[in-house]
Amino acid sequence: MGVEGIGARVARKEDKRFVTGKGKYVDDVRVHGMTYAHFVRSPHAHAKVKSIDISEAMKKTGVVAVLTGKEIVEDKIGNLICGWMIHSKDGTPMKMGAWPAMAPETVRFVGQAVAVVIGETRNQARDGADAVEVTYDELPAAASITAAIAAGAPQLHPEAPGNIIYDWHIGDQAATDTAFKSAANVVAMDILNNRLVPNAMEPRSAVAEYDSAEEHFTLHTTSQNPHVARLVLSAFYGVAQEHKLRVIAPDVGGGFGSKIFIYPEEMVALWASKRTGRPVKWTSDRTEAFLTDAHGRDHLTKAEMAFDKDNKIVGLRVKTHANLGAYMSLFSSSVPTYLYATLLSGQYNIPNIYAEVVSVYTNTTPVDAYRGAGRPEASFVVERMMETAARKLKADPAELRRKNFITSFPHQTPVIMAYDTGDFNASLDAALKTIDYAGFPARKAKAKSEGKLRGIGFSCYIEACGIAPSKAVGSLGAGVGLWESAEVRVNPVGTIEILTGSHSHGQGHETTFAQVVADRLGISVNQVSIVHGDTDKVQFGMGTYGSRSGAVGISAIVKAMEKMEAKAKKIAAHHLEASEQDIVIENGEFKVAGTDKAMALANVALSAYTAHNLPDGMEPGLKESAFYDPSNFTFPAGCYVCEVDVDPGTGKTTFVNFVAADDFGRLINPMIVEGQVHGGIAQGIGQALLEGAVYDESGQLLTASYMDYAMPRADDLPSFKLQHTTTLCPGNPLGIKGCGEAGAIGSTPAVINAITDAIGHDKLEMPATPSRVWHAIHMKQAAE
Amino acid sequence: MSTIKLTVNGKAVSADAEDRTLLVHLLRDHLGLTGTHVGCDTSQCGACTVHIDGRAVKSCTVLVGQANGSKITTIEGLSKGDELHPMQAAFRDNHGLQCGYCTPGMIMSAVDMVHRHSGKLDEATVRQELEGNICRCTGYHNIVKSVLDAAGRMKVANAAE
Ligand code: FES
Ligand code: FES
Repeated sequence: MGVEGIGARVARKEDKRFVTGKGKYVDDVRVHGMTYAHFVRSPHAHAKVKSIDISEAMKKTGVVAVLTGKEIVEDKIGNLICGWMIHSKDGTPMKMGAWPAMAPETVRFVGQAVAVVIGETRNQARDGADAVEVTYDELPAAASITAAIAAGAPQLHPEAPGNIIYDWHIGDQAATDTAFKSAANVVAMDILNNRLVPNAMEPRSAVAEYDSAEEHFTLHTTSQNPHVARLVLSAFYGVAQEHKLRVIAPDVGGGFGSKIFIYPEEMVALWASKRTGRPVKWTSDRTEAFLTDAHGRDHLTKAEMAFDKDNKIVGLRVKTHANLGAYMSLFSSSVPTYLYATLLSGQYNIPNIYAEVVSVYTNTTPVDAYRGAGRPEASFVVERMMETAARKLKADPAELRRKNFITSFPHQTPVIMAYDTGDFNASLDAALKTIDYAGFPARKAKAKSEGKLRGIGFSCYIEACGIAPSKAVGSLGAGVGLWESAEVRVNPVGTIEILTGSHSHGQGHETTFAQVVADRLGISVNQVSIVHGDTDKVQFGMGTYGSRSGAVGISAIVKAMEKMEAKAKKIAAHHLEASEQDIVIENGEFKVAGTDKAMALANVALSAYTAHNLPDGMEPGLKESAFYDPSNFTFPAGCYVCEVDVDPGTGKTTFVNFVAADDFGRLINPMIVEGQVHGGIAQGIGQALLEGAVYDESGQLLTASYMDYAMPRADDLPSFKLQHTTTLCPGNPLGIKGCGEAGAIGSTPAVINAITDAIGHDKLEMPATPSRVWHAIHMKQAAE
Repeated sequence: MSTIKLTVNGKAVSADAEDRTLLVHLLRDHLGLTGTHVGCDTSQCGACTVHIDGRAVKSCTVLVGQANGSKITTIEGLSKGDELHPMQAAFRDNHGLQCGYCTPGMIMSAVDMVHRHSGKLDEATVRQELEGNICRCTGYHNIVKSVLDAAGRMKVANAAE
């Protein structure tokens, strides 16, 4: 590696603008004549919209327009879509209810938009919205899975009887049942995966402009995938034509999945800009974010794991109910199915797996991908089962896992995935050593003498990233391909622009992607610019989610670089009168190997553009592009171990130590990778200890602000000890596996396993607040 | 409507604003200082933190009238020209930011924290003092490192002055 090449801890190129307040986020965009949108939202979880009276609102100072669902229908704007088809066990397609951007007739969750007011100023739009009179006929609501599947439950969509979207399954039921019959031990558990709100710190925002002369739209939006947004807005919603719509996602303040989807508000802003003939800005406030950003998780699961007499796993049976909220969000159907149940084998040899997943509608905010998306839920099931099994079987939790590890690769699981490589013992060993597992009994005894309950918890997670091989996901129901594109432009002076379809919203692509280029050419990262997030600049791309930007996005860059380098070598060989096979690239020069003959990159580039002396038949210029479609998923894996003290007097959990040992394959910038892990762990600990979206029975979200929803703060968390073990991914050119979600996947079970170890009690729901832990301790004491 | 006079980042400014305007919106919408961010509506996240007369304050909790006549420093006014403030440099060097959205508020709070503690800080104190600033990206690990690093750098810089 060079000082700025692959593996170097290069300080981020993007940071100067961020630390000086010069970042450009969507809400920072101001355009001439801009108006502001404020939505009128339903206060009810389920109701018929009887009437909307806009007359008072229209009289308010500064109100430009009031638009409702009726006008959206008039203008033939399409309903929101779900882009992944799932079929039920019986072969029928999923049951999708219509989701109009503003409800013309029925509202199905608190916060659903029924109208929008466009005002000259932010406050005038808000005043106008306050003056819109909506009358509703309230309907009974089903605000939880249990309520939605109960007999006689209120029905949300006529298309989905019993509120069931699909009843899907995977694996071999008969073989699994047989394995259970011969098992020596069976461990069974009910597992609840609490509903979370993603809470990127930058609220969603959109600035839409319409140029009537050109019939052209420009949309600045907080998106993780601006090209997908353009595709959906044009092909499905029909707001604009694809070649007449420019989508720009500039600096975006975090996403975690929630900014993948194309929401009603962005679509309405775009449509309203044409309707009113004025640019329209909409920026969510935090309460709107709680009510309308897609939520995450929310599973109810029954799981059973069967062991033979040697403590080898012989089978796993899982039945999960997943809450998808009131409407099917863009990728919601895939999260509890192909992103979840395909990971139920964990790191283990499990010969028989059968999983059933029933997804249901409820009168709550739609649920979709949130950091990890299905994989944290799978990991939580598997790792809670392993820990609980170890306790029941009186086995050491580390050794029970070790005994069942997959050790030879490739490994085909019974649930589709073919793991390509890994070394699960290596990450377990690294974690055990770092936490000093051998010293744990002594530490526990000492803590006990100080009145504290000490616990240790493990989590050996695996995930499927590098999303995704297009053909494979297509056969599973995905409506899109999940390749990535890249373009390399070498300028005549030898500086380089990389255009990528990946999108950075905190991941530091401007630095890591530049490092890959710097490494190949032996130049400084400052000679390389990364261009992304603008559909007018980058032709197409699938964006950033599912830890795909390294494994898929960088691979596309490598492919494009290879093409560019091949051409540049031909030019250099021509000038140096050598054979192109003898040309090597070092320190920014094209050299004839074994000689001192060389041509600088800048001269090769200049020659390509002057075109005065190129090999016969060669086109001028030095620009190449590539599409890269992965051949398989990648499989980051690791071992997290967490040591906690629980105060029996207060139920409060304190971290003593938190170790994460991850195998991400090749690391481009370890500093950035570690940052990703830190942030993921914080979100996973947040789920375990603090966070939970709570609805009351009528469907009111009780946790719709930072006063009520406990975000992890600095003093809730410890510093983390990170280790890396490495097996290179054989499926892509650099051996990258991806690191964006691991922290959120691996940490949650480790924390709950540690607390349940401390209190000697497996009945503990997340978030494990002091009150819940205290009750769990005292429930046990009362039982004894 | 009132006319508000302020000194912002060393420059006298005046703006006409509705009385209900929050300081953060005056800074962003009227003065174009978009480095100060809005992350919540309940004064919990700290993304909007600026210095008013030298003290860190959440500018979403201040009506413009309350700030009238005061001296305000925003993230844009922290560096000396091209030379980053030690806190800004420490955040960059320690990878104390990812998406950058919380960063201006974090930095403004942290500068005030170091001043109030005369540079004597340890990890536990920094974590407790950061209670009012939420970051969703970093898990705070590298933010804490950045603040401790900057506290050292600021001490050295003060001693040199
Ligand atoms: S915007 Fe001021 S504290 Fe959140
Ligand atoms: S860096 Fe993204 S919220 Fe802190």
